[in-house]
Amino acid sequence: MSTLHTVNKSPFTDNCLHSCLLLCTNEDALLLIEDGVYGGTSQSPCAEDIRAKIQLGVSVYALKQDTLARGELQVLEGITLIDDKDFVRLSCEHQCIQSWY
Amino acid sequence: MTSMLCISRHTPSGNALAREALDTVLAAAAYEQDIKLLFMDDGVWQLLKGQQPSHINQKDITKNLSALPIFGVEEVYVHEPSLQSRGISRDSLSLNNVQLLTNEQTQALIASQQHILSF
Amino acid sequence: MIFTVVVLGAPYSSAANSTALRFCRAALEQGHTLKRIFFYGDGVHTGSSLSAPPQDEYKLTEQWQSLIRENQLDAIVCIAAALRRGVLDADEQQRYQKSAANLSQDFTLSGLGQLIEASATSDRTITFGA
Repeated sequence: MSTLHTVNKSPFTDNCLHSCLLLCTNEDALLLIEDGVYGGTSQSPCAEDIRAKIQLGVSVYALKQDTLARGELQVLEGITLIDDKDFVRLSCEHQCIQSWY
Repeated sequence: MTSMLCISRHTPSGNALAREALDTVLAAAAYEQDIKLLFMDDGVWQLLKGQQPSHINQKDITKNLSALPIFGVEEVYVHEPSLQSRGISRDSLSLNNVQLLTNEQTQALIASQQHILSF
Repeated sequence: MIFTVVVLGAPYSSAANSTALRFCRAALEQGHTLKRIFFYGDGVHTGSSLSAPPQDEYKLTEQWQSLIRENQLDAIVCIAAALRRGVLDADEQQRYQKSAANLSQDFTLSGLGQLIEASATSDRTITFGA
């Protein structure tokens, strides 16, 4: 069964995005929320790993409200901005939700 | 019975999460759920021998950890790469009835659960 | 779908608290059921009826209270975590001989069994960690 992973910390100060990417399988989805959205920017320490995951078929999302709230971020290509409604939909689509914080 | 996995990722003394995770696992065991506990990232520090948290006016969670089998929590897992990256050997763990998991085994464990309790 | 929501972040201290509020709203708007919202760790401060933010700020605890009331939600504040952090209802105030009770009437103090029971009878459990 697949898992939805949420990450809410900046990878510039915390390793939870890194750990999440280590365990995220190709069937899983990754949603960046709160300060986690900094992880999806072009200079993120995890940028290469995220690109690789997207290549492998992992769906990567960032919460739109959290992204807009934080200014003109250069979000990596392939990351889809979604709203709260989509967040709920994703949590229905996956059996489990693991929150990395 | 519902399959539940508690993932404990934080240090024993830095905040309340380690204790709160453990209390949750014990509650699940009391309600006879199929509860498993996985330590990873800084959560593996909880297992290190020789903790003396009384020096910082905290209770020792090691005692509660060693009581897990008594409460019916048989499956306790440790993410081995988290141990390795922190230089912690298996000998320095206060629990010996734990199963060490590779990344792939950890992925499989997560994928087989109905609910994850994230701490 | 039936959800159990765990809130570990305190209002104003952690973004997790308002993310959880938005998630709960969105889930209800889409016709899902919230079996129980379980406030644990620093999340127990959500139950305080004494929060008094400045006029021009978002009234986070009031928003929780109205969401719970209007949708008749089961909002449990973990009793062990709450007592440690000074969130008490009238019974606990009496029991521990404290000067005041502050738990909003929309919340109930109870134990971790409530989290486990809710999870076991829900389709999904989601944690909002701080």
